Amino acid sequence: MSMLAGIVLIVLGLLFFLSGTVGLLRFPDVFTRLHALSKADTLALGLVCAGLALHEDDGALQLKLLLIWLLVIVSGATCASLIARAALAHGIRPWQR
Amino acid sequence: MRAPPSPTASDPGNGDGLMHPVEITFDALLLFSMVVLAWQGVHARNMFRAVVSFIMFGLLTAVAWVRLEAPDIALAEASLGAGLTGALLLATLGRLAPERRGARRPKVVKLSTLPWLTMGLAGTTVLLAVTLTLPAPGLGEAVLAAMPAAGVDSPVTAVLLNFRAWDTLLEIGVMLLAVIALWSLGQDVLASKPRLPAPALPALVRLLFPLFVLSTFYLLWRGGHGPGGAFPAGALLAAGLVLALLAGAQVPERMRGAPLRWALGAGLFAFLVVAVGLMWAVGTFFAYPPQHASILIAIIEIAAGLSIGVMLTALFLGGEPTDIKGGGK
Amino acid sequence: MTVFYLAGALFLLANVVVALARVLRGPTAADRMLSGELMGTTAVAVLLLLYGATGIEALLDVALVFAILAAMAVVTFVRRTWPEDPAADDEGESR
Repeated sequence: MSMLAGIVLIVLGLLFFLSGTVGLLRFPDVFTRLHALSKADTLALGLVCAGLALHEDDGALQLKLLLIWLLVIVSGATCASLIARAALAHGIRPWQR
Repeated sequence: MRAPPSPTASDPGNGDGLMHPVEITFDALLLFSMVVLAWQGVHARNMFRAVVSFIMFGLLTAVAWVRLEAPDIALAEASLGAGLTGALLLATLGRLAPERRGARRPKVVKLSTLPWLTMGLAGTTVLLAVTLTLPAPGLGEAVLAAMPAAGVDSPVTAVLLNFRAWDTLLEIGVMLLAVIALWSLGQDVLASKPRLPAPALPALVRLLFPLFVLSTFYLLWRGGHGPGGAFPAGALLAAGLVLALLAGAQVPERMRGAPLRWALGAGLFAFLVVAVGLMWAVGTFFAYPPQHASILIAIIEIAAGLSIGVMLTALFLGGEPTDIKGGGK
Repeated sequence: MTVFYLAGALFLLANVVVALARVLRGPTAADRMLSGELMGTTAVAVLLLLYGATGIEALLDVALVFAILAAMAVVTFVRRTWPEDPAADDEGESR
């Protein structure tokens, strides 16, 4: 049962990675692309980590998977803020319809 | 607790030693993208594009080492490639004169391409031929046979710090020479404080820095019985220190001068003390007595790891931190 | 099961290779940096899936190292490369 749930979570995660790429390529400016990228950093990697954790019996390894996810979330959030501020300071205006 | 690299580990389904088509496709795609990124890294007209390509190339190289079942090298490549190398290149790019930053490199003269291509192909062919004639397991058997006397459980650490400790000593020496050469070029030339406010950055560094220190020691400890060791540990420590510098931290006043120099030299110093001490005690340069090998290797490993971290940070600083008011970092 | 993990890793690799187009296109340095960040996150996920396929625990350590270093490139970029470097953008350069 947890095997199947893990597979579902991992496949969902892969789809969110795909959405990150699609967003990175199709969105019109750096701010919207950041938005797409943060989905890959948080949700997609989180789903993959959760799926693998379900396939894992060893508690220490599950904790390691959780730590990896948390680290990437923290870094991703900070980097998104840094890049967005830098882009604004460079005079890049957010895209408007 | 690393699983032995059994032939079935990377061999799903059929146990006849053939790779699964999915694996072959994965490796082919990995190779293809590495070649594309390497090409971009050398030939991109925009310098920044070249640097980003090179950083990505480093990430994929780590994955390639994993595919070759060499997690030790993958770890070293990950810690150096994803951390220090990228930071060094990006910081250097910011330091270049404006007219050179986005510069298009002069185009390769077409006439010279053909001889180089021929020589490259010939060289690759010779290397391939040599590789195929090498004895298949290499020196792996000899290393495994000598493991009981090595003092550590990890074959890679045994080679680096016992069987071929001499090579590692020289590598540390070369790194120290690089720092000395850099310092002799002038004082630290860090660009002035960035004008952009970055409120999230100090918070990130406060959160991450303890984790960097923790994982440094984790990798040092792992080095005794699995992939890890002084080089990846030192690279992680350096990454943590560089991150702190980027967030606006300064080299503490009391660390400058003698303490910093001792930290830089600690690795080489520990190596030499052990090597020469053994010559005096046992009679042979760098011959560990098996019953003491473990503790001696641990001492060297810790000293070398810390030293490598400080040396890499010193390379990022680009010169000896000076005492001028607020200018040196 | 192993084949599932490997297929997932292959999917992620193909995904990030497509995203390389953003490095080529730019137009600003930040856009290029973004695909670098996506590559970093993807590398973590690929390593995790390869761990699932092979069971070599050291791969989790490699992924952990990638995860802890995830911010390095972007932080250096924002603090050192980009603040004063409009030349890293493509303005005026034909691609």
